[in-house]
Amino acid sequence: MSSTKFILGCFDDPDQMMDGIGKLQKNSIPIYDVYSPMPIHGIEAKLGVKESRLGYAAFCFGCLGATVIFSIVYYTLVHDWPMNIGGKPHFAMPNFVPFTFEWTILFTAFGMVLTFFFATHLAPGRAPRVMDLRATDDRFVIAIDAKGNVPHDDITKILKDAGAVEVKHNERKYVSYE
Amino acid sequence: MSTHQHSFDERFEFAGKAKTFSLAAIVIGVIGILYGFLVDGSEHHTVRTFSNLLLMSYYFVGVCVAGVFFLAYQYMAQSGWSVSFLRIPQAFAKVLGIAVVFLLVVVAAGLLLKHEEMHEGHKVMAPYLYAHWATPGLTDPKSEIYDSIIAGKSAFLNIPFFYGTLVIFLGLYTYFGSLLVKYSNNEDALGGMVNYNKSFKISAIFLVIFGFTFPIYAFGTIMSLEAHWFSTMFGWYNLAAVHVSGLAVIALTLIILKQNGYFSWVNESHLQDLGKVIFGFSIFWTYVWFAQFFLTWYANMPEESVYFYKRWEPEYKWWFWLNIGLNFVAPLFMLMKNDDKRSMTRMKIACIIIIIGHWLDYYLMIMPGTMENHREFGITELFTFIGFAGLFTFLMLSALSKFESLIPKKHPFLEESLHHHIQ
Repeated sequence: MSSTKFILGCFDDPDQMMDGIGKLQKNSIPIYDVYSPMPIHGIEAKLGVKESRLGYAAFCFGCLGATVIFSIVYYTLVHDWPMNIGGKPHFAMPNFVPFTFEWTILFTAFGMVLTFFFATHLAPGRAPRVMDLRATDDRFVIAIDAKGNVPHDDITKILKDAGAVEVKHNERKYVSYE
Repeated sequence: MSTHQHSFDERFEFAGKAKTFSLAAIVIGVIGILYGFLVDGSEHHTVRTFSNLLLMSYYFVGVCVAGVFFLAYQYMAQSGWSVSFLRIPQAFAKVLGIAVVFLLVVVAAGLLLKHEEMHEGHKVMAPYLYAHWATPGLTDPKSEIYDSIIAGKSAFLNIPFFYGTLVIFLGLYTYFGSLLVKYSNNEDALGGMVNYNKSFKISAIFLVIFGFTFPIYAFGTIMSLEAHWFSTMFGWYNLAAVHVSGLAVIALTLIILKQNGYFSWVNESHLQDLGKVIFGFSIFWTYVWFAQFFLTWYANMPEESVYFYKRWEPEYKWWFWLNIGLNFVAPLFMLMKNDDKRSMTRMKIACIIIIIGHWLDYYLMIMPGTMENHREFGITELFTFIGFAGLFTFLMLSALSKFESLIPKKHPFLEESLHHHIQ
């Protein structure tokens, strides 16, 4: 039994990589993931990547921000220590609009960044997940889970045919982990 | 993604149902206006009809000006995505001249035709529109109805200056709009970058002129209906309303034409970007609306608060809240998700809501100043709206049918727009 965990097809041209994806799909070989140093149009549709759920996180963080500041200001200025400001009622709704609006945006922005960092393992303290270091520079990499996908030589041949400049048989998943 | 199957020489043919319905709508509008002036027996029927005519011609000019504004900032931003449907705002720009004539006629008639009215116990000959400053005697110190506040504003609020600025500003907008259309047509005939560069330059000049003059145009045409009151936010508030309603009309036109088999090259990404702009500017409208309200409410100075006091009376309160519902809450929740912006049905409904919403927005700007607490809503309002909608549709679609092709086929960013793909 081979000790190869992942097969990586490294391309130096995005069009050839897209061609490689097509060839693998034609041969019913499941693709684990694809890494690219730049966005490629139409790749999500081709790989069948699910739509990002970041928007839902943003909505929830926005609601949270609005609730938090509304509660704080309501507690301090209406419930705990009401003050007469310009003869206005203590609970004057128009007053509450600007800071509720600002905190909604603040929480949405920070919440989206945090969610994105955690989901992609970019948050401080987490080791980034990189399968091939050059995928952040000048290589377009198709990763195929080696387990269950045999024979490996056929996969290597398909990748080479599509124009891969290098095919790696890695024994570990992430090269960035110690 | 294939772009080879489209025929760029396709022309829009204005016939059939669209023509019948828009002509029928114009007839309904004429009936409504005649009813308002001649048949309607209520006391304030003439002022009411004039107010509606002002409302709808202001709306009409606003939508067409928004077309020119859209063209200008698309050229200025050197944006590519919008190229595939630029013919629609170009058609708006072509109609602007006629819209301006309508507004000028309504304003002139409203200023010159007068009726007897009681003003603080004195009989005066008040004009049907702009009575708060255009009634003879208000600025004359010897007159019984002398009003020092109005007299102080008479350098701006006098008929020659008021009407003169209106003619000059709207004339300039029309001229720049026609230049942008002309350059685009020349570009189709000749190709090359010359006409694109000219459009870029003229857009820059237009945007500077438009930015400085539009608030003055809004101060004059609408804000001076309540001449004692003033708000420096009013110009931007109106620009936001004009812009977002214009965008909604652009999107609605595009969707309906696409559903009828035209604009086959327009894809979901174009629609989503258009939806984003509409969503964003609905929020912007709310922002300016609220900024104006908030400062007035906070400062609570009688001469400023009176504007909102009037709109807080039972006569207007419901409409006041409905305005926020239609123009802020509805687009906020209807267009928040990407999928919703990409759905033609969803966008269509949102656009129709925004178009109706901004009619109400203008209604709330105009009626408390002219009709005061005799506000009415009925045949005159509905029929005038339908009439002007029909008139706009008829003129705009005729203008669109005169283009050689439905896409500026030699625009330098054409390919970028055809391959526009987001997500």
